[in-house]
Amino acid sequence: MINEYDGSALQSAVPFLDIDKIIGDRQTKIIICCGSGGVGKTTTSAAVAVRAAEAGRKVVVLTIDPARRLAQSLGVGELDNTPRPVTMIDTATGGSLDAMMLDMKGTFDDVVVAHSTPEKAAAILQNQFYVALSSEFSGTQEYMAMEKLGQLHSEAEAHGTWDLIVVDTPPARSALDFLDAPEHLSALLDGRFLRLLLHPTRGPMRLMSAGFSMMSAAMTKILGAQILGDVQTFVRAFEALFGGFRQRATSTFELLSSRHSTFLVVATPQHDALREAAYFVDRLTEEGMPLSGMVLNRVHTSALAISPERALSLAEDLVGTSAVLEAEALRRHAALMRTIETETRMMERFAAARPAVAQTQVQSLPTDVTDLAALRRVGALLSDKD
Amino acid sequence: MSPRHTLHIVSGKGGTGKTTIAAGLACALATSGRRVLLCEVEGRNGISELFGVPPLTGAGERRINRTSAGGMVYGLSVDAEDALIEYLDTFYHLSIAGKALDRFGAVDFATSIAPGLRDVLLTGKVYEAVRRKIKSRPNPYDAVVLDAPPTGRIARFLNVHAAVAGLAKVGPIRSQADSIMRLLRSSTTAVHFVSLLEDMPVTETEEAIAALRPTQIRIGTVIENMVTLTPLDHDQLQTAAAGSVALQVPGLTIKQNQALASEFAIEAARTLQEQQRHDRLTALGLPLAQITFDPGGIDEGAILVIAEQLRDQMSLEAA
Repeated sequence: MINEYDGSALQSAVPFLDIDKIIGDRQTKIIICCGSGGVGKTTTSAAVAVRAAEAGRKVVVLTIDPARRLAQSLGVGELDNTPRPVTMIDTATGGSLDAMMLDMKGTFDDVVVAHSTPEKAAAILQNQFYVALSSEFSGTQEYMAMEKLGQLHSEAEAHGTWDLIVVDTPPARSALDFLDAPEHLSALLDGRFLRLLLHPTRGPMRLMSAGFSMMSAAMTKILGAQILGDVQTFVRAFEALFGGFRQRATSTFELLSSRHSTFLVVATPQHDALREAAYFVDRLTEEGMPLSGMVLNRVHTSALAISPERALSLAEDLVGTSAVLEAEALRRHAALMRTIETETRMMERFAAARPAVAQTQVQSLPTDVTDLAALRRVGALLSDKD
Repeated sequence: MSPRHTLHIVSGKGGTGKTTIAAGLACALATSGRRVLLCEVEGRNGISELFGVPPLTGAGERRINRTSAGGMVYGLSVDAEDALIEYLDTFYHLSIAGKALDRFGAVDFATSIAPGLRDVLLTGKVYEAVRRKIKSRPNPYDAVVLDAPPTGRIARFLNVHAAVAGLAKVGPIRSQADSIMRLLRSSTTAVHFVSLLEDMPVTETEEAIAALRPTQIRIGTVIENMVTLTPLDHDQLQTAAAGSVALQVPGLTIKQNQALASEFAIEAARTLQEQQRHDRLTALGLPLAQITFDPGGIDEGAILVIAEQLRDQMSLEAA
């Protein structure tokens, strides 16, 4: 049933984000879900992956969050760095689903081992600076997500294991981390400062060496001589890998910009989440990234077209009578209608500023998503235009 | 006497409204004549957005609100790179070198290769602001509220000892970390957690509290946000949730009454689930506060309503 409060007026004005069309297009090989924390990004990724698999795609879903409940809802005991088959899905259409969770350090270790000699690899893996970098550097997670995505894509292309990769991005500190981190890390490892650190007397920088030794002394004071020593050892051992890192980051970036990839921005109809979503949309547009549209989770709806004012007035009439449940039901309905009004206003503002961004809405669910059936329901709601 | 906290650290899972609660708490603490500093460390401009003021940039502290009680709330957005340059200046009189370092990407380098250093710099700036309560220093604050990183990162963020352990055994950074840790462990500091009455935020709150216990940092209040209160008892809620009651609101059609009943069944079921999550948070054995859900959304007025609720329920030094 349609009424003036459920956002249907908005839906007709805003282009519809057709998830089924995206997953039905065999040229779509990568779907990236991004958005701020707490908006249901991981659930959306899993729901899209399940729906695509049951529509005949051979899917692998890469999650970043250590959400044990997601593993449970997919019926996979534990998610780790290796894709595990999700056996409970319906394979009648020839699709399949594997699920995995990014192990940041494990992925970094694999890269080191795969691209250097055993002796060099051993030296790198033991280096204190490497240990800190691979397990704690704030951009490593994003960088390794990119690296893993590149690996999955190569494997998919080479062996035909998968024809669709769904990626759940890290809970970014800011909306821009995901796109910036790979560049940031390679700039860091390949940057002027490191080159200065390694060869302070070479190249056009040598004239700066007096100033540099002052800086170097300051850095040593702050960081301690030992860590700078570790960094130098690490960089020497790692130097040969830099080119490869850069190259792969660049080709993954190109892959993400290609027509085989598409971005879904996930949000909820709240001020904060929509603000972050706006950053994401603008940034992706600026970078020329293929944005399909926005998934709005937890949108409230009501099938009862009674305004909050009228509901409260009816509730007031019942005060002092035995109709306690009725009065409370009306008050709750009034609050729900107010929530819907607020959400609609937020969504309208977003749509007015960015009218070209397609949207799909998933209504607020009464219970948590804890099993495959619930993920299927979310998938159906995602694809439902009404 | 109520416990006296001068540093309030607010954490919570993404989406629980921790920035809003931190802002409300700052306003609650800013009673007559008091000056309260509200800090953020994640460069999101969350504070300036909330109060509708221009973004807080650089190392400056700006007045963002004068409360009706006659107190002042100031805002500060702490940036690690600014903090490092300030640190170099304070301890080594190296502000020019600091700027040169910045130009070479060295400041970015230092704060990135040693993530622990980043946290020490961020908490160090907050430490400096708290220490200013000593009246001889400029700009003293009566209380400082920190909008801290989310639950998933809070224990690591606050455990500055561990952060610098591999970094510096001696030297200024080490003694800086020691001083920060002493402040964090003192009785004038408390970490508050914001949670919704949903499964994941409650689980993350439980996990963050368990992770924080070994650090000996005091945990203050668990704040349940966006709570819907109900006058109904458990039996009434269960009856409503079962969907078996026929509601009879005079003036509504049979169809409308049915639609109302099925909507109410879902609402009642949700409330029952929320009560279970409330029981889980109660089991933590910590003081609880409840902030009611505001269907009108969050604006400056809503923050003041939150401030009032916090003042009524938390034992604040300003109360």
